[in-house]
Amino acid sequence: MVKMYLNSIFTDPERTAKLIEIAKNSLQPLLEGAIMNTIPLTIISFIVGIILAVLTALARISSVKIFQIIARVYVSAIRGTPLLVQLFIIFYGLPNIGIIINPFLSAVIGFSLSVGAYASEIIRAAILSIPKGQWEAGYSIGMTYSQALKRIILPQAAKVSIPPLSNSFISLVKDTSLASVVLVTEMFRRAQEITAANYEFLLVYSEAALIYWVICFFLSIIQGFLEKRLDRYVS
Amino acid sequence: MISINGLYKQFGQLEVLKGIDLNVEKGKVVVVIGPSGSGKTTMLRCLNVLETPTKGVISIESQQLDFSKAVSKKNIASFRRLTGMVFQNYNLFPHKTALENVMEGPVIVKGESKVAARKKAQSLLEKVGLGDKIDYYPAQLSGGQQQRVGIARALAMEPEVMLFDEPTSALDPELVGEVLKVMKDLAGEGMTMIVVTHEMRFARDVADEVIFMDGGVIVERNKPEEIFTNPKEERTRKFLNMIQ
Ligand SMILES: Nc1ncnc2c1ncn2[C@@H]1O[C@H](COP(=O)(O)OP(=O)(O)OP(=O)(O)O)[C@@H](O)[C@H]1O
Ligand SMILES: [Mg+2]
Repeated sequence: MVKMYLNSIFTDPERTAKLIEIAKNSLQPLLEGAIMNTIPLTIISFIVGIILAVLTALARISSVKIFQIIARVYVSAIRGTPLLVQLFIIFYGLPNIGIIINPFLSAVIGFSLSVGAYASEIIRAAILSIPKGQWEAGYSIGMTYSQALKRIILPQAAKVSIPPLSNSFISLVKDTSLASVVLVTEMFRRAQEITAANYEFLLVYSEAALIYWVICFFLSIIQGFLEKRLDRYVS
Repeated sequence: MISINGLYKQFGQLEVLKGIDLNVEKGKVVVVIGPSGSGKTTMLRCLNVLETPTKGVISIESQQLDFSKAVSKKNIASFRRLTGMVFQNYNLFPHKTALENVMEGPVIVKGESKVAARKKAQSLLEKVGLGDKIDYYPAQLSGGQQQRVGIARALAMEPEVMLFDEPTSALDPELVGEVLKVMKDLAGEGMTMIVVTHEMRFARDVADEVIFMDGGVIVERNKPEEIFTNPKEERTRKFLNMIQ
């Protein structure tokens, strides 16, 4: 099989030319999918998710029981169920009770909830990793809880959480391919559409994979750069 | 000016302070000594309300907290401003420069303008001998320098009393002197101070009074020359023999 496929490419100039043509023609719709949907979906979901994550982390460490419980249940439910199933519930399930949400927004909700739950654990751990003496130093100069949190604890926790959060961001880029199942025409759905017409699955899906790889590769370079910068001031 | 009456502190089942009574007059320096676990740190932390006493009354100047009753957060916050705390391990804010560490309280808590706070912070850092290090981050400073920033940070809030919890015990021996000198100068300016320390030289030279604590109570208090040469209590004598 493999031999046949390779043979067909390298020995048949006409076939080679056709494949190159398909690859070229696919590139534009794939990149369009990436730029119009994959990337915005990633960025919007990540920002909303991080806000949710900070709130959840604060609820988890707060002394108010009910906040703690809500946060725990949320994190547990999201982490204990597949993202794919969550997306199906939001997009295909909710219309049954009259809530109809468009594909892009459904995906944003699904991914934000997911980032919110996973990142809240990262942020909570980062907050707890800041020595108790930092809170006390803040209190000792008269700060309130929220002043100490905002001025002393969160800036330090942010530094600690940037490396794991950038990993989450890179994972999210890849996870957005799941949005194809709720009809968002992000890059992977574009690939599916192209292959539906020409049956060149191996070529087109590999091309999509390559684009994901390039995006993630650049992100990991930025991540390395960020971490180096942050290292400068951390004791 | 500071008075502590019937101060008790319990951690779960463990009773750490068992009825502390203490008065300190304005401008006096009191050194607290005593074996490990005797409750020295806990007493200072109660004065700064980093720990909530189980019961007892603390008053400084005109403000009073009675811990037999519920105490409001607002009262605690305003009471805290009367005391400046210097920690054993400095607890400087690592993401802020020396200057920013000192400015933080005046700007954020007191709402002073940045310009005024910067000016004050600068002169405080000069006072503790760090005028040339104001833009350094804590990680770039030695332990002794960090502790002097810690002192300046507490002073910036213009407290009535300065509380020191073993301010030199985390320092290399050659760095102890520079911190003690700053404290000595401060005492010379008439600052009221309560200092937990094992530096007996400092106690002898600077303290108006030395307090010996053991097992959560004040066992003995006296002038330094008295307590060091002629301790009245057996427990004090044993402790002094042990450390000298
Ligand atoms: N947060 C806490 N929870 C439980 N026990 C505590 C707590 N803080 C202090 N203790 C206990 O209280 C006792 C007194 O502690 P404290 O730190 O006041 O002693 P100290 O006189 O400062 O000792 P050292 O010279 O070692 O610093 C110790 O037995 C200690 O274990
Ligand atoms: Mg102690």
